[in-house]
Amino acid sequence: MNEGQTPILWCPGCGNFAVLNVMREVLTELQAEGVPLEQVVLAAGIGQHAKIVDYLKVNSFYALHGRAVAAAEGIKLANPRLKVIVFVGDGDSYGEGLEHLIFAAKRNIDLTVVVHNNRVYALTTGQYTPTSPLGYKGRSTPEGTHEHPLNPLELLLAAGATYLARGYNAKTEQLKLLLKEAILHPGFALIDLLQVCVTFYNQYDHYNQRGYELTGHNHADYNEALSKIKEWDYNSDARIALGKFYQVERPTFDSFFRGDNKVDREPVIKKLFERMV
Amino acid sequence: MESLSVFIGGRAGDGIDQASLLIGKLLNQFGYYIYIYRDYPSLIRGGHTFSIVRAAQARIGAHRQTVDVLLALNQDCLDKHKDKRHSRTIVVYDSDVVKSDGLGIPLTSMVKEAGGPEIMRNTAMLGALAKVLGLPWEKFEAIARANLKKETELNIALARKGYSAADIFYKIEAQNKPPLPILTGNEALALGLSAAGLDAYVAYPMTPSSTILHFLAEHADELKLKVIHPESEIAVIMMALGFAYAGRRAAVGTSGGGFCLMTEGLSFAGMAELPVVIVLGQRPGPSTGLPTYSSQTELLFALWSGQGEFSRLIVAPGDAEEAYYWSGVALRLAWKYQLPAIILTDKNVAEGTYNFDPKEIKQLPEESLDLWSGSGEYLRYQETASGVSPLAFPGEPGRVVKINSYEHEENGTTTEDRPLTKKMQEKRLRKGIALIKEIEGLEAVKVYGRKEAKTAVVCWGSGKHLCVEATEKLDVRVVMPLVLSPLPLVQLRRALEGTHQIIIVEDNATAQLAQLLKLGGIKVDAVILTYDGRPETVEQLEEKIARGVR
Ligand SMILES: Cc1ncc(C[n+]2csc(CCOP(=O)(O)OP(=O)(O)O)c2C)c(N)n1
Ligand SMILES: [Mg+2]
Repeated sequence: MNEGQTPILWCPGCGNFAVLNVMREVLTELQAEGVPLEQVVLAAGIGQHAKIVDYLKVNSFYALHGRAVAAAEGIKLANPRLKVIVFVGDGDSYGEGLEHLIFAAKRNIDLTVVVHNNRVYALTTGQYTPTSPLGYKGRSTPEGTHEHPLNPLELLLAAGATYLARGYNAKTEQLKLLLKEAILHPGFALIDLLQVCVTFYNQYDHYNQRGYELTGHNHADYNEALSKIKEWDYNSDARIALGKFYQVERPTFDSFFRGDNKVDREPVIKKLFERMV
Repeated sequence: MESLSVFIGGRAGDGIDQASLLIGKLLNQFGYYIYIYRDYPSLIRGGHTFSIVRAAQARIGAHRQTVDVLLALNQDCLDKHKDKRHSRTIVVYDSDVVKSDGLGIPLTSMVKEAGGPEIMRNTAMLGALAKVLGLPWEKFEAIARANLKKETELNIALARKGYSAADIFYKIEAQNKPPLPILTGNEALALGLSAAGLDAYVAYPMTPSSTILHFLAEHADELKLKVIHPESEIAVIMMALGFAYAGRRAAVGTSGGGFCLMTEGLSFAGMAELPVVIVLGQRPGPSTGLPTYSSQTELLFALWSGQGEFSRLIVAPGDAEEAYYWSGVALRLAWKYQLPAIILTDKNVAEGTYNFDPKEIKQLPEESLDLWSGSGEYLRYQETASGVSPLAFPGEPGRVVKINSYEHEENGTTTEDRPLTKKMQEKRLRKGIALIKEIEGLEAVKVYGRKEAKTAVVCWGSGKHLCVEATEKLDVRVVMPLVLSPLPLVQLRRALEGTHQIIIVEDNATAQLAQLLKLGGIKVDAVILTYDGRPETVEQLEEKIARGVR
């Protein structure tokens, strides 16, 4: 899956390099553990994050800005044997296509969504996103934003996601574990991945200081997960929990659409015609 | 009787729709061809709604100015439809709530006495109609029993009361033809897609296409179809494209507003070469417009929607049989050429009810998918002479399937390379050239009426039956293109050969088909346009055409 033919077009120091490397390891390990690579489909939105699918020689669906999740749902429903992993941006999926995220969580469809949350629109040169802090100055908000950030994990917990975690591109070992866990989770899994954009919003110092590894709470308890999720609101100077917040099992939407059920339609249609006389 | 029209009207919620279908089925049993036009407001209760059921000895798809029987469940049926009565129109009315001349029956008290819900007034009314038409009770009862599955005994008892209270005015006689299935354009379209190999139908409700969703959801189990109703039309088209990528045939259905939301996905389908069938049911706009009425205002929108330049197929059926066949063609060709196909319907075709003869179903073009041979590296966008790249789907070893909304290399990775950009654009457009050849090989333009006439009336969609009937007595040929993109110009020119005058008839205010024909180099002499949402009657159109013919 490393072909190295396509030049990598991220800025030096970009958090996306770590994500790409970890993804390579994860896919290799999963293969060894019985998830054949040909059954993996990567979907992506549009933004710097999405370029990852060009750099992996794996089945991929390079979609539209904000719409990767909806397309991924179609892929999964068409062929539930496929493992569908979706790479999206914070502008992409917490902004432009937020409804698809909420509804995919509500359906608990078996997808893994990795949100490269750099808290800026990197590809379009650093405008604010739904997770930029209050007062963030970008080219569309030179005086600073007048809106509070959204806590996406709180929203998705309420929407019905059955696996929620936060990762950080500098903590690669943890990220690898989270990614594998999320991919193997039978249901809607989302990782809010703090992926630092060195050019437009370099938060390395901040995340290094405030980040801590989440341990010791009951993952299956909604309220415990919620209180951990609410610790940091993407605005305050609070501690930033890194790790798994929540994991439960519920029936998945795709489980109701299993199999191709090929049938000879001709006699069925004939019967329907007869009923219409 | 050569032909018969029955009007039934009431308030929304009175069950007019079901009642008119039953009338249609009743007359159908006698071997007549049936057409039902439904007129209803965009609300669930209250307001005036009516249907016209027409039976004739020839195929029909339009209604006439007057009706022979007028069944009135409310006063509006008389006050608003004076123009639909001729000197011998029999009016049957609920004398408890309607004031009229004709045959009054106290339907409301009848139903009350029997302890039935108010909606059963129409069953009693149907009983009365059976008598008016001179049908033997036994014959009517058998058909009613087969169709009234809920509270059958009470319904039959009420119908009997209505029957006894009425008199005989007509004598319906069996025609020399077995009854044929009767179904709406949407039902035919849904079955046509299913027969052609549809795997999934994805839609967000919007009149006039919602009944495709309802019909396929109801029969999903029998047909082994995946039917999904997601959060928006944007999700709809993206899901359908996900299905296509995974190798499963998907169709979506909507109206103008929903199609607006789909256009980014449409353009994506063009770029990524993902096949998808979009049913675009037209209703008057702009914006929310008149949700439950008809128009032909999205032709140019369908043709030019979506950013960038890419080929698309647009078909426009004019009745149930054409809806069945052309939706199958749309699905087959979308897959063969890996591009989006649009089935452009209008409310009159979508929700009109027609006879359908399963024996006359035409053979679809062969399903000839160009599948990848499996040797060498798989290139999703491999350059070929026709522009069509061999298909493969994810999930099998030995291939990596990459699709992309950016301009891309043959293997699907992003590129901004200058020569490649040109090459890929040309590759995609070449498919359109192959497509037009295929379309010219099908019967994509129909000619009706006097084929040698010097005047041609050109129409599309639901205009077909209306124009054919309106020109029966005129020296006119009717030309109807069934494919609007790519335009079958060879067939169109042949169909118009020897004409001195071309008159376009369509349901919009800017003569969109005329504009399109002009682009194809066909000179249009006159246009007859309607844009009030309602279908014209045969007589109204006949008069306009007769006035226009030189
Ligand atoms: C419909 C649409 N609107 C706008 C754009 C332009 N656009 C491309 S990427 C992007 C924002 C990317 O931000 P994000 O999703 O956070 O991704 P990042 O580049 O930060 O990884 C925008 C606005 C687009 N491609 N499509
Ligand atoms: Mg971003």
